[in-house]
Amino acid sequence: MNITISNLHFTYPNGVQALRGISLTIEPGEQVGIVGQNGAGKTTLVRHFNGLLQPTSGMVTIGDWDTRKYSVAKLASRVGYVFQNPDEQLFSRDVKTEVAFGPRNLGYSSEQIQSQVNEALAMTELSDKTETNPYDLSPTWRKMVAIASVIAMDTPIVIFDEPTTGQDAANIARIANVIKTLRERGRTVITITHDIDFCAENFERVIAMSQGRILLDGSANEVLGQEDILATTYVDPPQLTRLGKRLRFKKTVRTEEEFLAALRG
Amino acid sequence: MAIVNLENVTYKYPLTDSPALQNINLRVDEGEFVAVVGPNGAGKSTLCYTIAGFVPHFFKGELTGTVEVAGAESSTSSLHEWVLNVGLAFQNPFNQISGAKYTVFEEIAFGLENIGVPRDEMKVRVEEAMKLTGISDLADRSPYSLSGGQQQRVALTSILVMQPKVLVLDEPTSQMDPIGTREVFGVIRTMAERGMTVVMAEHKVEWIANFADRVVALHEGRILLDGKPREVLTSDILLDKGFGISRYTSVARKAKTRGLWTRQQLPVTLEEAAEGFQDV
Repeated sequence: MNITISNLHFTYPNGVQALRGISLTIEPGEQVGIVGQNGAGKTTLVRHFNGLLQPTSGMVTIGDWDTRKYSVAKLASRVGYVFQNPDEQLFSRDVKTEVAFGPRNLGYSSEQIQSQVNEALAMTELSDKTETNPYDLSPTWRKMVAIASVIAMDTPIVIFDEPTTGQDAANIARIANVIKTLRERGRTVITITHDIDFCAENFERVIAMSQGRILLDGSANEVLGQEDILATTYVDPPQLTRLGKRLRFKKTVRTEEEFLAALRG
Repeated sequence: MAIVNLENVTYKYPLTDSPALQNINLRVDEGEFVAVVGPNGAGKSTLCYTIAGFVPHFFKGELTGTVEVAGAESSTSSLHEWVLNVGLAFQNPFNQISGAKYTVFEEIAFGLENIGVPRDEMKVRVEEAMKLTGISDLADRSPYSLSGGQQQRVALTSILVMQPKVLVLDEPTSQMDPIGTREVFGVIRTMAERGMTVVMAEHKVEWIANFADRVVALHEGRILLDGKPREVLTSDILLDKGFGISRYTSVARKAKTRGLWTRQQLPVTLEEAAEGFQDV
């Protein structure tokens, strides 16, 4: 399912112009990382994908749906959204009820709901915590509950807003694994992140935003190698990219494998 | 001269069976900048709460051993005496913002109001603190209208304005972009150089290596390692226990097994990695 954005502008009621003419297309099954300084418009942009925000001018379509003509509830069947702070989205008395809430609202059959819930719980390694109240879990596991509750809706498009904030290495690896599984299943994954190393290791396409506009859009190596342009939106290239530049490698590198290959050759 | 001294500290939260901290011995000298690393659940926040007196005064539970800060003992002091020496910035700024104030300026002045600082002095101190953390332009905004990163700066500023002897920070940059992170680490380093003692729980390894004097690695409530950032952050032990390590360390470790890194010491920072890889 394509996401098409044409000449999108958005101004908040207080007069802040958060988006100033965004045009882009995201193809089905693409894995896109969005980076840029606080206030660049990243969250404002993705909140247009599920109708939480409506364009001031311009248009956003999800498949053949113009977001201005469909409710947030309707768009939820196409676009799942994992909030930055899990506490903004969790409210049920136990994990399995929480995770089943989304698919139940989309009107799936009870067998279908059960299978989607089980699968989402397995993907997020929560299968042994189904009876626990989400608020009795550590913030790390609450994050996984928030992710599971969105994945269980089985939408073709999934958005993550700063998924690694406050997470430790083990949980970041778990989240990367969820994203990998979604990729294998042909889902579109769009992730806003300040964690540039996480971005480098998990996304093939990277969009850098600044002051409500798209600054760079291309393959991860193309975008993450542009140190000077990224600096204007206060993004540092990934650690290994910076190291490769310092060592005067001819090609931009971002993963350990690419780095070691360039070091040898 | 140790300003923070924890001896044989073991602590259990109410209604829990296993201790969150076990037999912690930690001395921190005046003006030292100590970073605390560890996986989630290792006890980083609990250690912060303990030094800041919230354990046991606010969270209750069972504390054994002694906690001393600036010569006073936690178990025999009240929290309102304790906060004059120790300031704590919470991990989630939302938990710290008072909810009683309409503007950032008033929010930052709140602590000073509570200890009866005269109005003129209060204004000067609030303005200085906001300048230091780069939030002067947010003075008239509502604390709730700010982004997570901005709220974290407000939370930090409202602690700095109290001029505590010991500054305790629980992941103070978790919601900030790299520029915000750099500025906050810079401010904290400056405070340490002026003699403030800093204990900071943090995941961002490269920043710790560049700014902190010492690193304490916590795992399952115990201190696993305590030493110079370089030594602790490149230790093989951390790898096996689920700690975050820098990509420079990780790639150099792989390179070493293939003969592409020849130094004994693994790197933590860009500079160290660049120097070491230039050898080969």
